[in-house]
Amino acid sequence: MTKTYPKASRPSLDNVSVSIEKGEFVFFIGPSGSGKSTIIKMLLHEVTPNKGRVVVNGKDVTSMRSWKRPHFRRSIGCVFQDFRLLPNRTAYENVAFALEVIGKTKAVARRVVPEVLELVGLGGKEHRYPHELSGGEQQRVAVARAFVNRPLILLADEPTGNLDPDTSIEIMRLLDRINRTGTTVVMVTHDSNIVNQMRRRVIEIESGRIVRDQARGVYG
Amino acid sequence: MRMKYVLSEVLVGLWRNVTMTIAMIITLAVSLFMLGGSGLLYQKVGDMKDLYYENVEVSIFLTQEVTEQQRTDLDGKLKSDPMVKEVLYVDKQQAYERFQQMYADAPDLVNAVKPDQLPESFRLKLNNPEQYKNIYDQYKESEGVDEIVDQSKLLDKVFGVLTGFQNGALAIAIVMAIAALLLVANTIQVAAYSKRREVAVMKLVGASNWFIQAPFVLEAVVAGLLGSILGLVALAVLKVTAASSSMAALEGLISPVSWGEIFLIYPLMAGVGALVSAVTAWVTLRFYLRV
Repeated sequence: MTKTYPKASRPSLDNVSVSIEKGEFVFFIGPSGSGKSTIIKMLLHEVTPNKGRVVVNGKDVTSMRSWKRPHFRRSIGCVFQDFRLLPNRTAYENVAFALEVIGKTKAVARRVVPEVLELVGLGGKEHRYPHELSGGEQQRVAVARAFVNRPLILLADEPTGNLDPDTSIEIMRLLDRINRTGTTVVMVTHDSNIVNQMRRRVIEIESGRIVRDQARGVYG
Repeated sequence: MRMKYVLSEVLVGLWRNVTMTIAMIITLAVSLFMLGGSGLLYQKVGDMKDLYYENVEVSIFLTQEVTEQQRTDLDGKLKSDPMVKEVLYVDKQQAYERFQQMYADAPDLVNAVKPDQLPESFRLKLNNPEQYKNIYDQYKESEGVDEIVDQSKLLDKVFGVLTGFQNGALAIAIVMAIAALLLVANTIQVAAYSKRREVAVMKLVGASNWFIQAPFVLEAVVAGLLGSILGLVALAVLKVTAASSSMAALEGLISPVSWGEIFLIYPLMAGVGALVSAVTAWVTLRFYLRV
């Protein structure tokens, strides 16, 4: 697929073709402005390609109507560099909020949220506010929120960008654990250490083109 | 649970920005008050037009020197005229009796006038009161006719004034509505800004658009309804004070507005208030949240 933003001199993605299988763990690496974020945005149906097709979970989303987007989003979990937690809500409430706004009842939240917080290793810290948690713990809350709905895909946009190396590795272990439940994990990163340790599929993008696609790859 | 969430968000939203909320509600109230008032006037003017024009008469006064022959000719012509519905001949004696009745409060005036000083006349009811001009043109040169007077000319002036009031109220309603609209848009923007983190997360996890927008739109609708209630109260206060003040002098001219009519106009005010607010909020969100 090709994506050219209005006013851009060259395409952000130029004839890129990638296929990611269900249950895979994939790193997208490349310098800033190479087009990694555009791929994430396409998977989320935030932008659509000028040419080509985007198929997610077996559904062609290229021409999906924008009103269908919310429902589609429920099958994708997202984690970002800046956590994006609600500061005036506790860890529990942050995760429960994600359930409640898509129509799940409080009873469902009471059953599922402690479970997922336990899974990410925050058992006992449910009622802390984000400012009472470390960066790593905040990111765990964010992962819990992304995963609580059992999405088919977990998108992680530089999830370790704000974390120190040890904490980053813990978050990676967590993502690995989630991947082992059958969830596809797509992660954009600059962190060479992590890529080298995980030895998963690596797709390198430069100037909107794929320059490397390697199973069990390294940062290079 | 979702309904509870939405409702509590609405209350929190209105309270968070309470000065703006008050400004918005007051502006809406004034606008809707003017709208309601102009609606009532419109009804009144309509009712009164029906009533007055139904009874309106064209009077053809005859000269003092009118002959029997001239009178009979005129009577025949009027009776066969397709524009005329009814002809009533009023002789000097009858004219005097009418005069006595009309000025019963002023016996001096009545005593000063003798029956033969009053002109004889034909009183006409027209099929269409607006055809007065044709009648005038046709009969003013007839033998024995002194003067032709049309009551509807006076009514036209009265209705002109009332229609003027009505248009003025409508104009104020529209200007205030524009101000209210801008305030609603602004309030919704502020509300959306203060909830931008929640909105971002909701979009991220796939909350439906209506769920994201509903609290904001309902916030505007609640403000619109509160404004319409205030406007209704203002109309009621106007009715009560007008009945006991100088406006009471107009009582005979303008038929009084009943409580029933005031409450019947309320659905219009509430509907317009809620709808305008909701649409404004929704359009604002389309631009501001892009959900």
